[in-house]
Amino acid sequence: MISIKQVHKTFGKLHALNDVSLELASGKSYALIGPNGSGKTTLMKSILGLVVPTSGQIYFDGKLIARDWQYRDKIGYMPQIGRYPENMTIGQLIDMIKNIRQQDTLDEELIDAFKLYKMFGKRMHALSGGTRQKVSAALAFLFDTPVLILDEPTAGLDPVSVEFLKEKIQHEKRRGKLLIITSHILSDLDELTTDVAYIYEGKLHYSNSIEALKTETGEKRLGKAIATMITQKQLIDSINA
Amino acid sequence: MARIVKYVFLDILRTRFILLYTAFLLISTIALFQLDSDSSKVVMSLLNIVLMVVPLISIVFATIHFYNSYEFIELMLAQPVKRNVIFISEYAAVAVSLCVAFVVGVGIPMLVYGAGASGVTLLFCGIVLTLVFTSLAFLASVVTRDKAKAIGIALLFWFYFSLIYDGLLLWIVYTFSDYPLEKITLSLVALNPVDLARIIMLLQLDISALMGYTGAFYKDFLGSNLGAIASAGILLVWIAAPLAWAQRIFSKKDL
Repeated sequence: MISIKQVHKTFGKLHALNDVSLELASGKSYALIGPNGSGKTTLMKSILGLVVPTSGQIYFDGKLIARDWQYRDKIGYMPQIGRYPENMTIGQLIDMIKNIRQQDTLDEELIDAFKLYKMFGKRMHALSGGTRQKVSAALAFLFDTPVLILDEPTAGLDPVSVEFLKEKIQHEKRRGKLLIITSHILSDLDELTTDVAYIYEGKLHYSNSIEALKTETGEKRLGKAIATMITQKQLIDSINA
Repeated sequence: MARIVKYVFLDILRTRFILLYTAFLLISTIALFQLDSDSSKVVMSLLNIVLMVVPLISIVFATIHFYNSYEFIELMLAQPVKRNVIFISEYAAVAVSLCVAFVVGVGIPMLVYGAGASGVTLLFCGIVLTLVFTSLAFLASVVTRDKAKAIGIALLFWFYFSLIYDGLLLWIVYTFSDYPLEKITLSLVALNPVDLARIIMLLQLDISALMGYTGAFYKDFLGSNLGAIASAGILLVWIAAPLAWAQRIFSKKDL
C-alpha cells in the first residue's frame, strides 16, 4: 500500500534518512524501532509529506505522493508532540478538523473513552501533556482511515488510558488496517504489531515479521529478540570490518 | 480554501490587533481633518502615515502572525489539504484584514470630510503597499525557522525600502549629477515600491513642480496614462514576485 524507495533526507550535515526502502502492505501492523534520533519520526513525516525527502520516492497506492495531497484522506496521524493552535478550545479544534475533512462517518469512540466531552471548553495552552496526547489520539482515530500512523502513542498517558488506546489499536488492527507504530515500550509493540523495522542512524537495518525475528534469534519476547538481533549484527559487522 | 481562510480570519480577530490598528488609523485621520480644513494638505500629511506606518505595521504583523500560526499550518499539512491552499489562504486572510483595517480607518473619515480624487489615490497606494509588504513578510517568514531572525529580516526590508534606498538613490543622483540621469532614476525608482507609491501620490497632488526638472520628467512619464498603467503593473509585480518566491520555498519546506 505504501512503498518507500531509496529515500534520503539530510538536514544540513545530518543524514536523517539514508537510503531507506520499505514496503508497507495493508492489513499488517508495523513496529518502527530504533534509538532516539535514528530517523523514525522523519520517516513517518516523509510518508505524510510534512518532510520532503532530499531524494527517493514514496508511493501511496501506487501513486507518487510528491505532488499529491488527496491521499492524506486515508491517513490518521498521531504526532509525538501534538502542537495545536494555542488559543483554541478542544471543542473548536475537533470541530475545525471535522469541518476541514468533511467526512460523514466518524469514529468518536476515543473521545468518549477519554471523556474529552467534559473538557471541550478548555483551551489548548491550558492542557497537560497527557490530555494533549489524548486529543491527538482522538483526532487520529476520528475519521476511520485505512492507514494509521502513530508516533509513540502511549507516551505520557495514564495506565487506564493506555489500556483504552491499546484496545482500540488492536481493534483497528483486526479490522485489517495498515498501522505504523513507533514506541520504546517493546512489550506494547509485541501485542500490537505483526512486523518490525529497525532503523539506526538513518539506515534501515532489519525488516521482517516479528515471528521470523523470534525464530531467527530463538527468543520468545520481542525485546530480547531485538537485543539479540542487534548484538548478532554488531558481531557480523565487526567480522566484516 | 474558503474554510481555511475562515479559520485564519477567526484567529486574527481573536488577537484584536487588527481592531487596534483600525482605531489608530481612524483616530489619526480624524485628528488630521480636525486640525486642517484644506483636504489636500490633510492628504499630504496622511501620505506620510501611508508611506511609513502602513508598511511597517503590515510587515511586522504579517511576520508575527505567520509564526503564531505555525501550529495551525502544521496541523493542516497532516490533513488532506494542498500546501499551496494553506499558504495562499494565510496570505489572503492576513492581507484582506490589513486592507480592510486601512480602508475603514482612513477611508471612512475621508468619506465624511470629503477628500476627492487624491483621497482615492491615497487609498489605492495604501492598499497596494499593504499587499506588497505582506508579501515581503511571508518571504521573510519562510526563509528561516527562527522567529526573531524573521522579524529582523522583515524590519530590514522596511528600513531598506523606507530609508536606505532613498539615501542610495540620492547618493547616485549627486555623484553622477553631471550626466543625464532622468531615465536611470526613473527605472531605479521602480525598484522601490514605496518610492513608486510616493511619486504616484505626489503627481496626483499636482505638486510635482516642486521636484524640479526631474519632477516634470516624472510627470511626463508617470502622469500620462501609459505611465500610470506601467507603475501599477510594476507594483503588481512587487506583490506577486515575493509571494511566488515565498510559496516556492514553502512548498518544499519541512515541518
